[in-house]
Amino acid sequence: MACMKPWPFARRGLLSVARVAFAGILWLPVHIVLIVFTVVSFALTAAGIGLVLAPLVQMMVRAYAGRRRRLAREWSGVDIPPPYHPRPAGAFVGSPRRWMWLVRDPATWRDLLWLVGGAPLGVAFGAVAPAGLLYGVQGVVLLPVIANVVSGDDTGYGVTWPLNPISYASVPFQGALITAGVLYGAPWLLWALAKYDHSLLGPTGKAVLARRVDTLTQTRTDVVDAQAAELRRIERDLHDGAQARIVALGMSLGMAEDLVVHDPAAAQQLIAEAREASSLALAELRRLVRGIHPPVLAERGLIGGLRALALTLPLPVVVEGDLPGRPPAPVESAVYFAVAEALVNVAKHSGGRAAWVSLSYLGGALYCSVSDDGVGGAAPRAGSGLAGVERRLAAFDGLLRVDSPPGGPTVLTMELPCVLSSPKTSPSSATG
Amino acid sequence: MRVVIAEDLALLRDGLIRLLGAYGFEVVAAVDNGTDLRSALLSHRPQVAVVDVRLPPTFTDEGLRAAIAARAEVPGLPVLVLSQHVEQLYARELLSDRGGGVGYLLKDRVATVGEFVEAVRRVAAGGTAMDPEVVSQLLARNAGAPTRALTPREREVLGLMAEGRSNAAIAGRLFVTEKAIGKHIANIFTKLGLPPSEDDNRRVLAVLAYLNA
Repeated sequence: MACMKPWPFARRGLLSVARVAFAGILWLPVHIVLIVFTVVSFALTAAGIGLVLAPLVQMMVRAYAGRRRRLAREWSGVDIPPPYHPRPAGAFVGSPRRWMWLVRDPATWRDLLWLVGGAPLGVAFGAVAPAGLLYGVQGVVLLPVIANVVSGDDTGYGVTWPLNPISYASVPFQGALITAGVLYGAPWLLWALAKYDHSLLGPTGKAVLARRVDTLTQTRTDVVDAQAAELRRIERDLHDGAQARIVALGMSLGMAEDLVVHDPAAAQQLIAEAREASSLALAELRRLVRGIHPPVLAERGLIGGLRALALTLPLPVVVEGDLPGRPPAPVESAVYFAVAEALVNVAKHSGGRAAWVSLSYLGGALYCSVSDDGVGGAAPRAGSGLAGVERRLAAFDGLLRVDSPPGGPTVLTMELPCVLSSPKTSPSSATG
Repeated sequence: MRVVIAEDLALLRDGLIRLLGAYGFEVVAAVDNGTDLRSALLSHRPQVAVVDVRLPPTFTDEGLRAAIAARAEVPGLPVLVLSQHVEQLYARELLSDRGGGVGYLLKDRVATVGEFVEAVRRVAAGGTAMDPEVVSQLLARNAGAPTRALTPREREVLGLMAEGRSNAAIAGRLFVTEKAIGKHIANIFTKLGLPPSEDDNRRVLAVLAYLNA
């Protein structure tokens, strides 16, 4: 039936009719079997055997529900995320924990409800669609032909009852209308089935919230850990670096103070050492500040900061894009360091000769892509720089997509939902 | 020599006033924000300005922007920009008008008083003063083909020249004669394919433009 070229809508309609019919007729026994199994397996819990049976049956139910979720997406574009609680550790089939996990999950009972309601619904839809189509086709093709043979007061078609030699003429038109109506309506029947699936197979509002809380707890833990590690690093760097040098500087100056009258030459030497220590301390502080929040990022914003970063790399990097405002400072910082990490990877591992960074803002999200003409094969493996980037972005509900086939090219895309502030106007020209 | 100073931290501003005063500069204005800096530069027309990149009211790159804007109105107005950190991007922007009379140094360099004052004078005279950190980054970026043909000594001379030093200063620093330096510079210009020039300042700008490309 997929070969009906002239009208895509007819092809789609026929396909949908076939699918609805297939669904209604073939799925009915599956529903009945699974309903019976579910009820029996839970009823047998008291006898002990249910501890083993119920999880096995639920595995079947969930596999079937999973297949139906996929079909809802393929056939009607309805996305149904699975709502089940994550399985606790050590919950093997037959253990009370496994059984409790199933019983406590509302999704288990919603699955059962879905099986029960879905059976008659599927049959009804599965019968209506092909019957309607047959009736329409009969009007177009069959009835006018055989009408000469079969006629009487008890025959009719569509709105024409009974048929007579004059009203025959309308039958093919009615048939065509009905056929078209069924072809047009069948995808909507499928869609309605998918919507029914969605209402019971998808997560409830509560489950969505629970999942969100899980994600937030995880990312918050990551952020707190990362922040604590960062503070420890800064403390150590200050303690061993700038602080130590300033202590040395103070000592040199103190000794110089003592010596300045009796041994001016030695005092001068010590003062020179003090100056040297001060410039080393400053260099270390500069390096540290760059790692905390690069000054150029504060001064020039994200695109300016990335342009400045690009100039420090050993390969040509083109930074392009235009943002209608400035993202919040933490987002700017996260993107800056993520891009910095990505570009360091490009320089170190990709073998690429050039890199491109592009920024845009679309539909409430900041998009940033980093691409190179290197050898590809990049992946956010555990412990890699890219995994760090992923974690960094997750704190802002951001996503990292890595497209890096062997042989290249590599394209990293970051997506961060955020709100831009209106661009700052330079106040320097406001007054004379 | 008349100088305008822009620095928002009182401690550093007073230090600069005292330091430049001690070396015979006349500080005609010392301002602490970008707005005042612009008007001071345009009304006083100093012989040189010493400007901090980051100034109120936005605490971003007010100073740099004011300096670039003033140079757009008064071409060649000598400006020495000071900062806690150096950025290639800023160096590039300062050099982009190719007018000379530009300096870009880390604040640390002020501590080496003699060299700092020399840099201020050089900028005032239309020369250039680039921070060694900027120059070493530029050289690192240009580690490719044409600069690889240079001898280590020539590369050293190239670096010092990019910082804006005169032939005499380079000769003094490397303990060789000015004539020897002249020969090195001629070799460098040949190897990099730059047109030769007798003028110190123009040579420096040519080298920086080459490295910045």
